[in-house]
Amino acid sequence: MSASLERGLNAFKEQIDAPVAAFFSSCVRCGLCAEACLFFTETSSPKYTPIHKLEPLRRVWKQEYTFWGRLAKSLGLSKPVTDAELTDWETLVYDSCTMCGRCSMVCPVGNDIAYMIRKMREGMAAAGHAPPDLIGATQRAVTIGSPMGVKLPALQAQIRHAEADLGFSIPVDVEGADYMLLLSSMEIMNFPEFISAIARIFKHANVSWTISSEAFEATNSGIQIGVSEIAAELVERIVTAAGKLKVKYVISPECGHAYMAVRWEGPNLIGRPYDFKVVHILELLDELREQGRLKTAGKETQRLTYHDPCQVARRGGVVQQPRNLLNMVAKDFVEMPETGTMNWCCGAGGGVSSNERADTLRLKTFNRKKKQLDAIHPDAIVSACSNCRIHLEDGLEEYGMDMPVLSLTETLAEHLAGSEQAGSKE
Amino acid sequence: MSETELLLWVRGPALQIATAIFLLGIVVRIVEILMLGRKKNLAEARGSAVAGGLRTMFSRSIPDRGTLQRSMFNVVAGYVFHIGFFVVLFLFAPHILLFQDVTGVSWPALPTPVVDATAVVTMIALLAVLVHRLLNPVMRFLSRFQDYLVWLVTILPVVTGYLAFHRVDVVPPPTLIVVHILSVELLMVIFPFTKLMHAFTLFMARYYNGAIAGYKGVNS
Repeated sequence: MSASLERGLNAFKEQIDAPVAAFFSSCVRCGLCAEACLFFTETSSPKYTPIHKLEPLRRVWKQEYTFWGRLAKSLGLSKPVTDAELTDWETLVYDSCTMCGRCSMVCPVGNDIAYMIRKMREGMAAAGHAPPDLIGATQRAVTIGSPMGVKLPALQAQIRHAEADLGFSIPVDVEGADYMLLLSSMEIMNFPEFISAIARIFKHANVSWTISSEAFEATNSGIQIGVSEIAAELVERIVTAAGKLKVKYVISPECGHAYMAVRWEGPNLIGRPYDFKVVHILELLDELREQGRLKTAGKETQRLTYHDPCQVARRGGVVQQPRNLLNMVAKDFVEMPETGTMNWCCGAGGGVSSNERADTLRLKTFNRKKKQLDAIHPDAIVSACSNCRIHLEDGLEEYGMDMPVLSLTETLAEHLAGSEQAGSKE
Repeated sequence: MSETELLLWVRGPALQIATAIFLLGIVVRIVEILMLGRKKNLAEARGSAVAGGLRTMFSRSIPDRGTLQRSMFNVVAGYVFHIGFFVVLFLFAPHILLFQDVTGVSWPALPTPVVDATAVVTMIALLAVLVHRLLNPVMRFLSRFQDYLVWLVTILPVVTGYLAFHRVDVVPPPTLIVVHILSVELLMVIFPFTKLMHAFTLFMARYYNGAIAGYKGVNS
């Protein structure tokens, strides 16, 4: 057995806990999870059945943690997991799963399949079977501080642009602020309007906030690739910066997996609770709305729908807030069929969008979103994840659909009461 | 061994051995799972894990609308054979007498003709499930030898019980009863070592699923 395979199998063993054992013990091969997965529904290829993507992990569980499996193994009756097999499974685990967790909502025996995929990736990465693009992104996250290679000067340039537009300054490294805002590289590079939007809303609602020059990246490639040590290191950077600036809250931006990483996985990765709270930007905005600090004027007349980012809604618990907020500014807000915690993934989460090898498949599975949209014919889609947003734009273009994709935060900023409207917008 | 001796053995020592393997096996499997434990969640909770877990233990029995639409046959056939199997097993008067013999507990039976009809429906549903497993590309792809074995071992007690009750003359009546009881014992013996375990572990799986989601404030 090669050293890397041994490392991988050991990582599998370490990852297996009581829930995983209960899940594998319960699977009756009914196949219902296939119909919950857009990689199956849009390809009709049985190999994309969610539970099948876990087969090597299942065998390790059986051979190591069940009496009969161990007996069979000691008698040489069981088939060991091989390197060649993990090579075959690499595309199943990384290219054809966004860890959206829709299958986990549908499985009749209650298996949380996405929970297990997340764990399986730890073993895959340890065995040297992670996609090259994700390895690259993770290396950039560690060495440069951003999976896309965005450095501080790039952020500073965007902040200066925003300040020129806004006519007031954006707080950076302000000690004692209440909130520390994180950003995803994609927001910095592709959607810098997000920074101005936040600045305008926070000024309007009188929120004390800051950006840290030392830890502004919200995303966590360590989680997508499945290397907990790296994921923990990236979380530590945020924790250190938050401590230095003595903030009470850290804000996760419009990014699904960043929220999951910093809100739900973070403390478990670093092995201790935070001494600050983490809020998703939509949670905070809804709180401001409730307190009457967020006031809007005018409504969008176009027909709007909301795409729930999986890690924000189904895996994150932020479901009602965006609807409350959207109703403030939308005259014609219409839900897609199967929405909220049952929404269909855009097809690009969980590292799929950073993995060029998966591009064709990613665009093919967008057909699922198309079907959802075709049922209601909105004029525009609102969402709260820049990764979803980029892929939605990509998919809409691929399928010849002319439909803008908006950020909920930016849409709200455009309707702030008492502001001299977005005249200064580029 | 005479036929009577065989019947006594099957109803006596064989049943005791099967019951012991069944119960011990289930306990071992469940302990194996629980011993793996799980890490304490250090993230601040938004909702209750326990409430979420308990909720999902029940709520997952009802499929979501999308699944029902997309997999109607799978869901309905699955429901019918499960309910049918339980009705035949637990609500047939002679079975209740046996349970009373062993445990001292008794409960009302369904009228025999109703149980009889249920047995027929159960057999049809089980056959349908098998055909579906063979024809549906996903199910055929996922299926292993065990899935077919478990199917066979599940339908055998229903078929043999039905034949024994109707005294079908393929073999003399006592032999039919012997075969019926043996088929049940076979089911009990393989139970802890196969996916039949889901009858117990699914409540654990659902609990964990619901707890993981409930902690985050999501109803799963």
